Amino acid sequence: MATEAISSPISAAFPAMSAQRLLVFGGVALIAAGMIFGDLFAVFILHQNGGKTGEALLAATKAVATQNPAEVKEVFSRIGGLLEDRGTKVDTHVHLTDAGYLALLLALVQPYVALSAMRKKSLAKLFLLGGVLLPIGIFLIHYVGLAYSPFSVIGWASILADSAGALLIVVLAVEAWGVGKCFRGERLAVENDFQQDRSWESRALLSGGTVLVLLGFLYGAWYAGKNLYEQEAREKNILAFTLDAAVKTPELSGQFVNAYGMLAAEKAVQIAAHSHIIEFGLLAILLSFVQRYVFLSDVWKRRWVVLLLVGSLILPVFVWLELKLGLVAGGIADVGGLMVVIALIGMLVGTLRYSGSVDALGGMHS
Amino acid sequence: MSRARKVLIFGGIALATFGMLYGLYYALFVEHQTLDQMGGSLATAFVNAAERKVPESRAALDTYAATKYDYVRQVDVHSHWIGLAMLMIVLGVAFDRGAFGETVKLCIALALTAGSVVFPLGVILQTVSHGSIVASALAIVGSALVIIALAATAFGFARQST
Repeated sequence: MATEAISSPISAAFPAMSAQRLLVFGGVALIAAGMIFGDLFAVFILHQNGGKTGEALLAATKAVATQNPAEVKEVFSRIGGLLEDRGTKVDTHVHLTDAGYLALLLALVQPYVALSAMRKKSLAKLFLLGGVLLPIGIFLIHYVGLAYSPFSVIGWASILADSAGALLIVVLAVEAWGVGKCFRGERLAVENDFQQDRSWESRALLSGGTVLVLLGFLYGAWYAGKNLYEQEAREKNILAFTLDAAVKTPELSGQFVNAYGMLAAEKAVQIAAHSHIIEFGLLAILLSFVQRYVFLSDVWKRRWVVLLLVGSLILPVFVWLELKLGLVAGGIADVGGLMVVIALIGMLVGTLRYSGSVDALGGMHS
Repeated sequence: MSRARKVLIFGGIALATFGMLYGLYYALFVEHQTLDQMGGSLATAFVNAAERKVPESRAALDTYAATKYDYVRQVDVHSHWIGLAMLMIVLGVAFDRGAFGETVKLCIALALTAGSVVFPLGVILQTVSHGSIVASALAIVGSALVIIALAATAFGFARQST
């Protein structure tokens, strides 16, 4: 890969180990980690967990048919565990990537935070600490449970997650206070204002990202209007039919349990398509600001941009098509996710190279 | 910094903080209890059916549906407030790149801010009174404002100069 020289005015910004640099690196790393976790979850846990939940629900209907309330309770305890397992992993994925987005966002607003460089750096470290501990806490909830907890419903893992969430809130509040000071006329910032970059890569990511977010919102509005209430009513009806069948015609229970599983899958893919296209749009917009710090040749920078935008469209579209095309669509969606991860890592490597070059230049001048 | 950017960046940070505070309050005081009630009522519906207590089973199923209706919206509000806040901040940073005059930019920024507050507010108000027309209207108006503002922003970015 060919590289370009870095001009000294640029190297004056993005200082070594500044809050802005910490937040850019930490943010991209958190997003990449969150997406890799999401891909692993989709491939190795999601479908298997859904299958086990369906089997457990069928076992519960059989227990209803044989008038065995104790067995019903035991099966529902198992279903609760399965749902918690799935839910905490989805939340880990979401909070890991969202903490990354917030870190990149904070990097963008650093020029408008009227606080000392030392304080901003401390805030950045605290934010990244919270951004790592929050998903770890959420992930551990299922495994730690209520062991040694002084509370009746909240375990130590939840306490860790909630404390990390509180830390993020405190950091955000202080950053907001710093932005408020800037608006009142104080300005201590030495960081770059990211909006100066008008390169092809930056414009493609900014426009493409905004269009992806817009598509996500349009789809979300369509989903809320057409499907949300209908699916809620259908879920209640299916459960009522399942119970009726278990009591009167047990041989039909399996059909209703299947219908319930299909409904759950339908909801899951529609909501995942909505959230992923918006998140990828946001990611593209965020990455548009750091393109000037991606120290790669123009050809490679454009390759990563195109790969990211194409992957960002492929994943939600094929997640949505999963019910119609089956596992093939799921596999294509996973490839889309992988494309985004590869593009993200490519850009991260470019940014690391930029930082190394800036630091080397700084060392030569000093 | 233009007024439009100030509205988006400061409004976004305030909304993100509020959304996270709501999430913390919800996680500490509401979520576990709601999940317990949701799982418990569904289990009760099945247990009552096993004991052939059909009316009680139906009542428990109604409780499950009502609790889940609230839970879905409560979680959606948290994620939508924070998501929209992040979008406001990001667009705020880049907003001056859009090919619009200052007045149009300010109108778009105000529409996006108003929509980002009102849309999730309408969603959460649906849990106060299920099927409330006012709450649904707020959610629809809020989401329409967000979509219109986003479409205008995308158009502005697409026309931006190099």
